[in-house]
Amino acid sequence: MPQVLSDPSRHGDGSAQPSWSRRLAVKLRLNGQPQIAEVSPRITLLDWLREEAGLTGTKKGCNEGACGTCTVLIDGERMNSCLTLVAQCEGREVTTIEGIAGADGGLHPVQQAFIEHDAFQCGYCTPGQIVSAVACIAEGHARDEASVREWMSGNICRCSCYPQITAAVLDAARRREGAP
Amino acid sequence: MREFEYARGASLQQIVAGLGANAAIIAGGTELLNWMRLGIADPPRIIDLGGVDGLDRISREGDHLTVGALATLNMIGEDPLVLAHATALGQACLLAASAQVRNRATIGGNVLQKTRCPYFRSEVPLPWGCNKRQPGSGCAARNGINARHAIFGWTDACVAVQPSDPAVALSCLDAEAEVVGASGCRFIPMKEFHLTQQEAAALGSDGAELETRLAPDEIIVAYRIPVRNGARSAYVKVRERASYEYALVSAAACVELDADRIARTDIALGSVAQRPWRLATESLVGASPTREALAPLIQAAMSDARPLPQNAYKVTMACNAAVRALLTAAGQS
Amino acid sequence: MSIGQAISRIEGVAKVTGRAKYAADHTPPGTLHAVLVGAPLACGRLLEVDASAALRVRGVTRVLSAKDMPRFGAVAPPAAVLNLPLQGERIHHEGEPVAIVLGESPAAAEAGRAAVIVHCERAEPLVLGAGEREAPPSPRMLGDDLDMGDVVHGLSVAQARVEQTYVQAARHHNPMETSGTVALFENGKLTLWDSVQASGNVPPVVAAALGMKAEDIRVIAPHTGGGFGVKGYVWPHQILAAAAARILGRPVKLHLRRHDQFVCAGYQPWMSQSIKIGATAQGALTAIDHAIVNTCAIADTHLEPSSEASKTMYAAPAIRTRQWLERININLPTAMRAPVEGPGMWALESAMNELALELDMDPLDLRLAGYAERDPHTGKPWSSKKLREAYEEGARLYGWRTRRERPRQDGPWRVGHGMATCSMGSFRFPGGARVRLRADGTARIEANTHDIGTGMQTVFCQIAADALGLPLASVSIDWGDTNLRASGPVYGSSATGGTGSAIALACRDIKAQLGALGGGNDPAVILRRAGRAEVAADGAYTLPNGALFSADGEGTPYAMRSWGAVFVEVGVDPELGVLRLRRAVGAYSAGRIINPKTARSQMTGGIIWGWGKATMEESVQDPASGCWLAKNLSNVAVPVNADIPTDITIHFVDEYDEHASVIGSRGIGELGATGVDAAVAAAIHDAVGVRVRDLPILPWKILESLPRA
Repeated sequence: MPQVLSDPSRHGDGSAQPSWSRRLAVKLRLNGQPQIAEVSPRITLLDWLREEAGLTGTKKGCNEGACGTCTVLIDGERMNSCLTLVAQCEGREVTTIEGIAGADGGLHPVQQAFIEHDAFQCGYCTPGQIVSAVACIAEGHARDEASVREWMSGNICRCSCYPQITAAVLDAARRREGAP
Repeated sequence: MREFEYARGASLQQIVAGLGANAAIIAGGTELLNWMRLGIADPPRIIDLGGVDGLDRISREGDHLTVGALATLNMIGEDPLVLAHATALGQACLLAASAQVRNRATIGGNVLQKTRCPYFRSEVPLPWGCNKRQPGSGCAARNGINARHAIFGWTDACVAVQPSDPAVALSCLDAEAEVVGASGCRFIPMKEFHLTQQEAAALGSDGAELETRLAPDEIIVAYRIPVRNGARSAYVKVRERASYEYALVSAAACVELDADRIARTDIALGSVAQRPWRLATESLVGASPTREALAPLIQAAMSDARPLPQNAYKVTMACNAAVRALLTAAGQS
Repeated sequence: MSIGQAISRIEGVAKVTGRAKYAADHTPPGTLHAVLVGAPLACGRLLEVDASAALRVRGVTRVLSAKDMPRFGAVAPPAAVLNLPLQGERIHHEGEPVAIVLGESPAAAEAGRAAVIVHCERAEPLVLGAGEREAPPSPRMLGDDLDMGDVVHGLSVAQARVEQTYVQAARHHNPMETSGTVALFENGKLTLWDSVQASGNVPPVVAAALGMKAEDIRVIAPHTGGGFGVKGYVWPHQILAAAAARILGRPVKLHLRRHDQFVCAGYQPWMSQSIKIGATAQGALTAIDHAIVNTCAIADTHLEPSSEASKTMYAAPAIRTRQWLERININLPTAMRAPVEGPGMWALESAMNELALELDMDPLDLRLAGYAERDPHTGKPWSSKKLREAYEEGARLYGWRTRRERPRQDGPWRVGHGMATCSMGSFRFPGGARVRLRADGTARIEANTHDIGTGMQTVFCQIAADALGLPLASVSIDWGDTNLRASGPVYGSSATGGTGSAIALACRDIKAQLGALGGGNDPAVILRRAGRAEVAADGAYTLPNGALFSADGEGTPYAMRSWGAVFVEVGVDPELGVLRLRRAVGAYSAGRIINPKTARSQMTGGIIWGWGKATMEESVQDPASGCWLAKNLSNVAVPVNADIPTDITIHFVDEYDEHASVIGSRGIGELGATGVDAAVAAAIHDAVGVRVRDLPILPWKILESLPRA
């Protein structure tokens, strides 16, 4: 890597001035499909998904990144879509709850485990919990109860299904390990 | 949020030019978007740092680690070099926020986060005085609800604390921020990066507005963290719920032992002031790493604390957090 | 046999795939997004709403204020707030809506809100502690003052006494889905997609306000993202959404911002309870004297009737209860899981635990000594009460009698144990359902009930499957629409009993009809043989004397209540003041349990709710301005996953209550949230000798109470 990060002229395309836009055409992939999001820069990924892309599975809970209800995957990493501008998704793969499914198109093991372990009640935080859990397992943070509880704490559940959620995530993680 | 112009920065040069054009920088965006929703910030332009290459690397060069400003908190918290040589920083990163926020939040942006004071974090129109939000309007916390506010460095103009966890570790570890601006590059020691309200007032600010030594045209590009053989560090965060919450107080401690005595130690306290609060630790050299030996010494090092009506508990809590961090670092907790 | 089986929720696939739709998921063509502008101060007079800058924001279509609004007709309960906003100039509380911004997108409407300037004349608000205390309206079904026996004498002859004051902070429900309403007018008829616990409450209130006929209002509400009581009554924003849609001639979506949820709907109020209890040396209570104050709004009234606990929990010859309101400039509180006994037992169970120490008795033995064989203040027998079994089994599962054999220290944690009785009155409402049995052997239930997370749909299908002798997979349910058969609300832990009973009654009717058609084992065969495509029946579950509500078996020979015992193990870090829930056991006498899987989740949810109340939740009112200090989820704490161990054991005593409902059940949704706070406070005292009587028990309260090291 460069030894001297601080020399600005060593970076970039040579042009010194940024180019400003009031309207963007953001190229991204949404649940495996290419999309172009034509948006004002201020539009969050959450609002765009719900109001423009017609995907209401991702929910709005607090709109300040304090509850995790709006969790989606961006290039496989879980993030709060209320804290993400559509503009920041240029060239990225966005996965929402609508894009979570099993290999055969049926339920993903996490979804199946949530049903079996009764890991939801009102269901409003559930899409965020499931997307978060899929990533939690892929990150290797579902090793044991303590790691699941800590690494799933970014998804608040007011119905308070936490023990069931923990059991579901551990179960799904074990199934994943057992899979061929 | 009001509408704004947006540009993707392709280079540091463009970013610095953007700063000159009154743009706010967005890296992770986990703070900026909320500032805009609340009316704390209202930039006409935003320049996106996300596309600039090479700013997220973590590496070791001889006697120091370099952590790029765009490294996310999760990246840092699970990096083997950080875990080995700057443990307190790794722990502080993973104790911050939530997994989702940590996937976006960068170490460059994190130290620039603003206070969680609820009077400050209100949306417009504010029903009370806040000198940060409206200069001259007063400080509602000063004589209001101040249980979570400062015990060091505050003035009647503002009693807020800096909530960043990584900043406390960076201060403790004697890290430096490498910053780039229109006039070139320089290093700012992290123990001086943030300003208390008293320090800001001494620099001519009204005490509430100025929060760091970073100039408006500057951007953090990396941190240099000295690696000291034999040094071990730890971070302790105290809060009422077990995760996903800001600290009531926190403490980072770094220690080197000689036989079974402290040869050198650095301690920084978090959420007790508007900057990580370094304690004078000369008195701890030669002490036994036990609670009985350390608690009175650390308490004495905090004797200049100036609690507010509701936060005297922070003196005890921070002292005990520091003891806990030191003992954890020394491996004897 | 479906009843008693641990069945997974039938709406599970919809929820785990994101296909379940909540109110704000609906966006009819042409929808305008509404954001409320709230009064910026707690008390005063509105002078002017200056919308000029807001109207210049791109995407903002209109800003409505009082001058644009019709004069609303008078509303009555189940409206929560009777003094509707956007009508006059008086400001009752901070955040009271004074304008509505309508925009083409949520972002535009939000930006518009920030640009509206509200000019007010400020008056000094009455804040907590400075308000006027007054006696609440009387008589009242719940929380009425009682003066039974001679309390003064009872206390004077007691050999042990506890006199303490217990306080709890105001707390908001904080459901994950904020309240929200989508309003659509078509040909003079109104359709609302609404986030509610009782959609049947909405049409009469909205109709009264807007001068419409209730039957011209349809509410669709299949999924509600958490209610906990805040979505039971009808709040002003629901009326405002409809009013705006009518004025604009376009559908309006008003999904409350999290910020506005704190001020536009209710919360459980700040309460102070002074309680005196006296007992003999053997633990028999001689008197209970319980005085309660809750804060409420200036113009509207909410009483938190928490004195019911002391009237019903333990045998005592003398019981006196009194309640007061303190009116301050704040928005109106409302019922919260659990109302009544939730706060009441914070005081009563804490006092009992302190009394046990005074008497040097095990707290469980003190409860057994005070066991009420009959309802103390009415003398009625219980419809069914298996609390002794719950105490015993709960204690056994917990290891209560051998708790002193466990380690007292675990790393930095001092470990303590606490227990409390749990209880809720059996709230009952009339219920209704329609059941259709078809010749293909399937059955369909139709009832306007709601899914707030309790698992109702699954439970109702189980009831019908059993009653009709069908496999569960053959039964389905239509719910959440006022076009369906009216039924009871989903609050007060009443829906399983009310609507479930109605379903059972409808099924009885169907079986009678099948009998009349010749009878047999297979309903499908009977129908086909009779040449009938279906038989249908309406089930109506009614209360004695046609009552619309029953709190405790009124009009029957029985007192009706649910019971339980909760045992908690808590870790206290005495250097940092931090608390941890290590494990918990809840054992309950709650009548027949239809679905143990969903019921267990209800109880663990209740225990966690109680943990949050005990250790972290509070909504603080700034003393100078009278405004909520924080209206967000970043400064207001509710439990997260890392707070809650998986070691929570739930036990239901085998019970069938034939009087409380047709199906033998009583309510459970709120029962688990009672008593937990007192058990936690007792466990903390057990661990470190610190007694905190002021919830939440935050770390600094522990440190401030510990003797200096």
